[in-house]
Amino acid sequence: MLINQFLLLGAVLFCIGVYGVIARRNAVMVLMSIELILNSVNINLLAFALRNGSVDGHIFALYIIAVAAAEVGVGLALVLLVYRNRRSIAVDELSEMKG
Amino acid sequence: MVAQNIAFGIVAFLMIFGAIRVVTVKNVVHAALWLVLVLSGAAAQYIILTAEFVAVTQVLVYVGAVMVLFLFGTMLTRAQLGQEKDVNNPTWYLGIPAAGLLLTVMVIALLSGFGDEELPTDAPVVSTQQVSDEIFGPYLLPFWALSFVLLVAVIGAIVLARKD
Repeated sequence: MLINQFLLLGAVLFCIGVYGVIARRNAVMVLMSIELILNSVNINLLAFALRNGSVDGHIFALYIIAVAAAEVGVGLALVLLVYRNRRSIAVDELSEMKG
Repeated sequence: MVAQNIAFGIVAFLMIFGAIRVVTVKNVVHAALWLVLVLSGAAAQYIILTAEFVAVTQVLVYVGAVMVLFLFGTMLTRAQLGQEKDVNNPTWYLGIPAAGLLLTVMVIALLSGFGDEELPTDAPVVSTQQVSDEIFGPYLLPFWALSFVLLVAVIGAIVLARKD
């Protein structure tokens, strides 16, 4: 088992997530792409935990899972609020703060 | 070990295919269901990486709770069911060179940095006891901070989403 196969899988998932964040217009789909990015980071952390023979990577992965759950909760509440005010969740229409 | 490599290959292919579907399908519900495939595949990879507690947590939190949140969010923010026309930005194609460039840089860096370094294939599975000893030992303070983050997130979500 090469360590690079896991790191490359993480890199591919990360880039797919970045593409999703840039390309998607629907705010819920942007949040899904962010989940892809966070999962690719977790795969890297666990690969390095196995490589170094330590448990620290597992703790970081668990904390990332918890923070991601909090992020999705608040993010979806924000999306609901935007939808209630504007009847749309297109992220490119939110341009009130544009200079 | 050949068996682990075969398992890795199958799961990795399914994950990448599912991830590409997540960012390309037009239907939000279908994207959420493809995301289930990616997250379950990630749990399988964690088991290959001898992290069984993290894998179980992944299934419980992501496939269980986060997915339900996504489906509720989709349900509450869509006027009509079925295909949607404008799920992509007008300039969606700019994401391809951005992600491609990023992937190129990362692949070059990883290949030159780690080459063909091997992971130990006979490592024992990390037990839940080891994980909990770490969390409630050296990592106790971040654990407290994390519980406050979760509390604030719950209160914040309620404050943001309630109607009045």
